Amino acid sequence: MLWVDKYRPKTLDRVMVHEEIALNLKKLVAEQDCPHLLFYGPSGSGKKTLIMALLRQILGPSAEKVKVENRNWKIDAGSRTIDLELTTLSSANHVELSPSDAGFQDRYIVQEIIKEMAKNRPIDTKGKKGYKVLILNEVDKLSREAQHSLRRTMEKYSASCRLILCCNSSSKVTEAIQSRCLNIRVNAPSEEEIIEVLEFIGKKEGLQLPSGFAARVAEKSNRSLRRAILSLETCRVQQYPFTSNQAIPPMDWEEYISEIATDILKEQSPKRLFQVRGKVYELLINCIPPQMILKRLLHELLKKLDAELKHEVCHWAAYYEHRMRLGQKAIFHIEAFVAKFMSIYKAFLIATFG
Amino acid sequence: MAPVLQSSQPWVEKYRPKQVKDVAHQDEVVRVLTNTLETANCPHMLFYGPPGTGKTTTALAIAHQLFGPELYKSRVLELNASDDRGINVVRTKIKDFAAVAVGSGQRQGGYPCPPFKIIILDEADSMTEDAQNALRRTMETYSKVTRFFFICNYISRIIEPLASRCAKFRFKPLSEEIMSSRILHICDQEGLNLDSEALSTLSSISQGDLRRAITYLQGAARLFGSSISSKDLISVSGVIPREVVEAFYATCKSGNFDLANKEVNNVIAEGYPVSQMIFQLFNVVVEADDVPDEQKARICKSLAEADKRLVDGADEYLQLLDVASNTMRALCNMPQEFSFET
Ligand SMILES: Nc1ncnc2c1ncn2[C@@H]1O[C@H](COP(=O)(O)OP(=O)(O)OP(=O)(O)O)[C@@H](O)[C@H]1O
Ligand SMILES: Nc1ncnc2c1ncn2[C@@H]1O[C@H](COP(=O)(O)OP(=O)(O)OP(=O)(O)O)[C@@H](O)[C@H]1O
Ligand SMILES: [Mg+2]
Ligand SMILES: [Mg+2]
Repeated sequence: MLWVDKYRPKTLDRVMVHEEIALNLKKLVAEQDCPHLLFYGPSGSGKKTLIMALLRQILGPSAEKVKVENRNWKIDAGSRTIDLELTTLSSANHVELSPSDAGFQDRYIVQEIIKEMAKNRPIDTKGKKGYKVLILNEVDKLSREAQHSLRRTMEKYSASCRLILCCNSSSKVTEAIQSRCLNIRVNAPSEEEIIEVLEFIGKKEGLQLPSGFAARVAEKSNRSLRRAILSLETCRVQQYPFTSNQAIPPMDWEEYISEIATDILKEQSPKRLFQVRGKVYELLINCIPPQMILKRLLHELLKKLDAELKHEVCHWAAYYEHRMRLGQKAIFHIEAFVAKFMSIYKAFLIATFG
Repeated sequence: MAPVLQSSQPWVEKYRPKQVKDVAHQDEVVRVLTNTLETANCPHMLFYGPPGTGKTTTALAIAHQLFGPELYKSRVLELNASDDRGINVVRTKIKDFAAVAVGSGQRQGGYPCPPFKIIILDEADSMTEDAQNALRRTMETYSKVTRFFFICNYISRIIEPLASRCAKFRFKPLSEEIMSSRILHICDQEGLNLDSEALSTLSSISQGDLRRAITYLQGAARLFGSSISSKDLISVSGVIPREVVEAFYATCKSGNFDLANKEVNNVIAEGYPVSQMIFQLFNVVVEADDVPDEQKARICKSLAEADKRLVDGADEYLQLLDVASNTMRALCNMPQEFSFET
């Protein structure tokens, strides 16, 4: 098992960072009338960990008896039936899924699953009705239609089905949905907190961490706990015992983008643009999300620029990333950004050095 | 076997008014509907306005008050966006429902029970245009025996021919006083203590959305017990602390791009929603005494642009960085035009 999974705290009492949030969550679910919850925060900050621990708090040990299923839905849409397939994780009293995996048909999934859960309400021995918990991942990727269709459903079934929504950016969740939830911000842990977790893992694994080593891993992690733990494990595989100056390996794709940036800064020409296109395709084929490519490229380029150029370049990065969202083919917009950059940079070089 | 989880309603549902007269702040619609209760007649209705202002509450309340619990099921059809509302579904469901005849329209069990049925189409703004068009005919065909209540957040998404067949009511964001009085009522019922500062904070951070206010209140009550301070409410609300917005503004003022970039990264890592940041930054900029109007205008223009792009799904980091750059260039009197663009 990877360390990120092995050392994921299972209960709210055991979390190492976000202790305050954990404590608050415990108080929130102490009574049975807890509102729907929306967790948001950057990637690798610990949202999922908190959610699973919360679920365990609500459901008890039965929350851990999960089964993974590939479920099929046949949805009657009047004139035709729509077949949908999606992976769900579920226990006796909860279901978890990422409805955005169903693409533009995500709204059917959201509708069906909630109604289905509401229909099968658990009943206790005294005949009182209970509720189930539905966890929806990546709600910021849900289509507008799916989000709209959640509005009334969330109210109507609030007694039979409690929702826990999870996303990176709550700016992309409609006001109406936000208004129906208690919003919980999960910030990225500080470097100090990351160091603490890394040292804890080191101790459990019986490793000798040279002084300052955990700090260097944490610094390279961009405040993502997941990334820090993964790279500690990579270092362990690459070389052990650790040495204090051992390199912390960057991600492959980031290194690759750093090379692209160097290429661009060396030569600004149609030929070079063509070569860069090939490399960007390579990244896209390997499923690196296009906005991450653009952001990383900007990051690399900014390192090398004069202040006045920085403003200009970040403006165009924001401009083209937005266009990319509206358009269909990411490659066009990344390439347009590269071309724009080349032309600006060339004009700058000529103005400065003649 | 897994234990059964007992459930009770969250406060927003618990305190949903059951009677039209208890709906706060929407005087016009309350007056019209109170009249309806007497005359037992009403036109088709269209309720629109921002979240948490009482639209659904009002529609459900009038339906219950007109028909009472016994007849409710046979006289009221509630369809929302989670029900499939493709053209065919709308036609058949409504047809089946409307086609069953209603009685003569005599009072029963103390309820007016007018001789028509009510069809509530909640979240009508997410119906396709085709489905809305199909509804025009249906509305006419059954106009004698049905009244439609359309409810939506965005009236612009309702096609004109439908909108023009209805009496339209805009639901206003609740004013701070009204909000306070509803909140005090709940505090009373739940045995909570809210000082006047906390009360005014709660009213202002929920921006006219009473559902939000109630949810914050419940959250704060669970976390901090029965005495709730202004700070407690801010911490459950997702409002960005003032210091954070001001620190961001200060780095823009410093004129140092790298510093601003670092601050942008920090805002993102802390998980503050950028749309909220932009909104709060807007207030800081507009209220700043030491910034000439022209510079304010330049900054606001860039805030508006970023807001639009975020709605389109643009990346939060890049948009906030662009805002920081524009704000910095305006505040530090850097040239507005780029020098090297060709
Ligand atoms: N509170 C915590 N204490 C200790 N370790 C934690 C804690 N939270 C998370 N971790 C570690 O960090 C890893 C990443 O956390 P998690 O999967 O919860 O992130 P996430 O916010 O859901 O990220 P993403 O948005 O990318 O899905 C976990 O696998 C776990 O090892
Ligand atoms: N005008 C009001 N008077 C009294 N309570 C209100 C009012 N508006 C909202 N509420 C409270 O907020 C909750 C949500 O209100 P309601 O469902 O009517 O909002 P809505 O206008 O339909 O919002 P949405 O557009 O998000 O569907 C209610 O349960 C009630 O507790
Ligand atoms: Mg996750
Ligand atoms: Mg509503």
